[in-house]
Order: sequence, then C-alpha cells, then structure tokens
Amino acid sequence: MTAEEDPHQPVGAYVLHALPPNEEAAFERHLDDCHACRREVAELAEAAVRLAPAGAAAVPADLLDRVLDEISRTPQEHTPTGPPPGRRKRQLTSWALAASLAAAATFGGIAAWQSVQADDARDQATALQNAKNALTNVLTAPDATVHTTKLADGASAAVVVSRATDRAAFVAGDLPALSGDKVYELWYAAPSGGLHPAGLLPGSGGRSARVLERPLGKTVAVGITVEPAGGSRQPTTEPIGIIPIGS
Amino acid sequence: MPSTAYDEEPEPPAEDDAHSVEALLVRAADGDKGAFTGVYQALARPVMGLACRILHDPAQAEEVTQEVMVEVWRTAHRYRPERGSAKGWVLTLAHRRAVDRVRHAQAAAQRERRAGMVLAGREHDEVAEAVEDDDERRRAQECMARLARMYRIPLVLAYYQGLTYAEVAAALSTPAGTVKSRMRTGLRLLRDCLEAR
Repeated sequence: MTAEEDPHQPVGAYVLHALPPNEEAAFERHLDDCHACRREVAELAEAAVRLAPAGAAAVPADLLDRVLDEISRTPQEHTPTGPPPGRRKRQLTSWALAASLAAAATFGGIAAWQSVQADDARDQATALQNAKNALTNVLTAPDATVHTTKLADGASAAVVVSRATDRAAFVAGDLPALSGDKVYELWYAAPSGGLHPAGLLPGSGGRSARVLERPLGKTVAVGITVEPAGGSRQPTTEPIGIIPIGS
Repeated sequence: MPSTAYDEEPEPPAEDDAHSVEALLVRAADGDKGAFTGVYQALARPVMGLACRILHDPAQAEEVTQEVMVEVWRTAHRYRPERGSAKGWVLTLAHRRAVDRVRHAQAAAQRERRAGMVLAGREHDEVAEAVEDDDERRRAQECMARLARMYRIPLVLAYYQGLTYAEVAAALSTPAGTVKSRMRTGLRLLRDCLEAR
C-alpha cells in the first residue's frame, strides 16, 4: 500500500495543521467515521504540543483588559441566553449535560440511523454530516433552552428547544437496547393534547441524539414511546417519558 | 520592548484540583469571567511565546494571543478535561491561529526561505531555543534530537514555520506522500520517546 492510498496517512500533517484547507476538510469527514483515527489524532496532538516553546513571552499589561472587554461582547457557544436569574445555574447544568451527551453522541457516530437509506459510503458520510450540522444548529441556537427528565428506565434525556428556528433536538444518555424489531419513537404534544410523530431512534439504544422531524410549532411537550419497527402513527404503548418544554 | 509596560512576574497557576487551570477552564465555559481571568493569567504567556516563535513578529503575536484568548472564552465548552491538559488544548488553538496568520502574512517563498535557513543547520536552534531549565522541556528536546533527521525536519518546518506538507515536500525535494507519512511516523516516534521515561 502506498502512502497515497491510506486514508489515515494525513493524520500527522493534520495534527501539525499542515494540510491545505480542502484536504483538512476531507480528513475531518474521514475522522467522523474513524474511531481509531480520532484516537490517533489525540495521541499525536499530545506529542505535537510538546514542541511548543517553554519560553513564555511577556505580554503587554493591558492585553488582559482588551481581552476582557472583547469577551464581554462575545457570546459563548452553547450557552443559552437570557434565562431568569434564579434558574440560571440549574439551566446551565442541564445544558452542560445535554451538550456533553450530544458531543459524545455525535463523536460516537450514533447519528448514523439518519442515513439508513444511504447505501453508498459517500452518501452516508454526507447525510451524517448534514444530520450533525442540523443538530449543531439547534444546540447552538442563541435562544436554545434545555429541558431534562429521567425516563422510566432511569436514562437521562433532554430536549433542546429553539423557538427562533422552530426546531428541537432530543438527546438521551443511555437508552436500553430493545428486544425484537422495536424502535423508540418521539412525539410532539400539541396544546390540544394531540400527538404527532416526531422521528424514530434505533432500538439498539445507547447514546442518542437527533433533530426532531418537522417544525416545532406550538408543541408543549415531547414524549417517547417504544413502537414496532418503522414506527406508529399514534402511540401504541405508554410513554417512557414526557418532557414539557413550555410554550 | 520596554519592560515597564509588561507583566514580568506571572502568577504561577495553582496546582490543586479546584484551582487547576483545567478546573478554571471548565468554570469559564459556564460564563465565569473570574475563572477565565485565571486561565488567561496561566496561559497567555505560553500562547504569546508560541505565536512569537511562529510569527517572528511581537505585534502580530500579540494580536494572535488576543484572538486565541477570545476563542478560548467562546469555545471553552468544547474542552474536555478527561482528554488532556488545558494548556495542551489552548496551545493547539494557538498553533492553529499562528499558522493561519503566518500563511496569510508571509508568502510561501518567504517561509520557504526561512525553511532554507533551518535546513542549512539552524534547525537545532529552533529546538534548543525552546528549551529552558524544566525537565519536561529537556525531555522534549532530547526526544527531538534523537529523531532521525528525515522525521525531525518535517516536524520542525511544519510546527515552527507553518509550512504545509506540500511546502515541506517542495523545500526538501521529497515526494509529498512521503512527507505526509514521515510527519505521522515522526510524531509517533516523538510520542513513544516522551512516554518512555
């Protein structure tokens, strides 16, 4: 095998920031599907950072003030804005949970079910990337709020809601694997009490995250049930969790 | 540089868990500006040191340091303590920024000229200068010195000069694929050496 044929070969150049932008983007797509590569990136990056000079150069005394001034105008990623003061801490904690679950989920490539129809690996990679981008968009929306709950089986779940973009995402920590051909199905609950299918999660369980299908509209809660493969048009079992999301 | 305008005495970062740079960075991710200031005090100088080394221009290095610290604030939630030190994470961001900057500020020809100086024998200085009297650094220098030249040179040109692997290949008249593969092997050997203590 020559160097050019091995898709892992750019890992050293990647860690050294020595790939041109197009090759870097291509390698990052490869990373999404290559657990071993991500581990190698982490290992080699640890070595690369040891090349940094020990010499700590003096910085101007006023640089800290300039930085503090700039960050006071710079919103942080993944931090919901404008929660009521009393709820801030709890909400941030929930947020941190959801964000880390989502990060774990997307890194583990568990969004793959989004692309079950894509047989070609390239299509699959693109679909996976699109699913991740959609998920990231909801999770990073400036008005995103997080609503958490424990499901009947004890797994943690969260719904991230962005009313501004009219979308929501569902994130779960450790869904139990289902027997037979069953899947998890998510539901939007309307103020009238009506339920609308909002997407499926694979019965393999584990860490799961996905953007819910269809715009959020006036939805007041998100529910999750266990359904036969392919999902149902209306729930056929008792919900294992209902997460109110306000209105 | 007039020393009066500069902080000369950095406060050493506290080592206990609650006040480690890692803990401060995690708190900064939740919007804690006091904790962020602690992160800045611990890491702005190493960031500036790395940016100076790559850019050879204190004014630009200062801009990069400011950009990096703002990026640290903005993206602090991405840092995962279980995956490595806060310093490593921040210096990786800094390296990225400094390399982007040097590629925009200096034409490839200019960087390759500098690469020529490195190849003419100054490359050892690039490492030696980086070394001070701390054990970790001495170890890094020893390991770099132990690397065969064919692995060491591509690492030095990419890390300190901001050359892409294709530019390294041109500077060394070596096939690009070979350079790519040597960068990977070189980092692997460096890591093995650093771990074997």
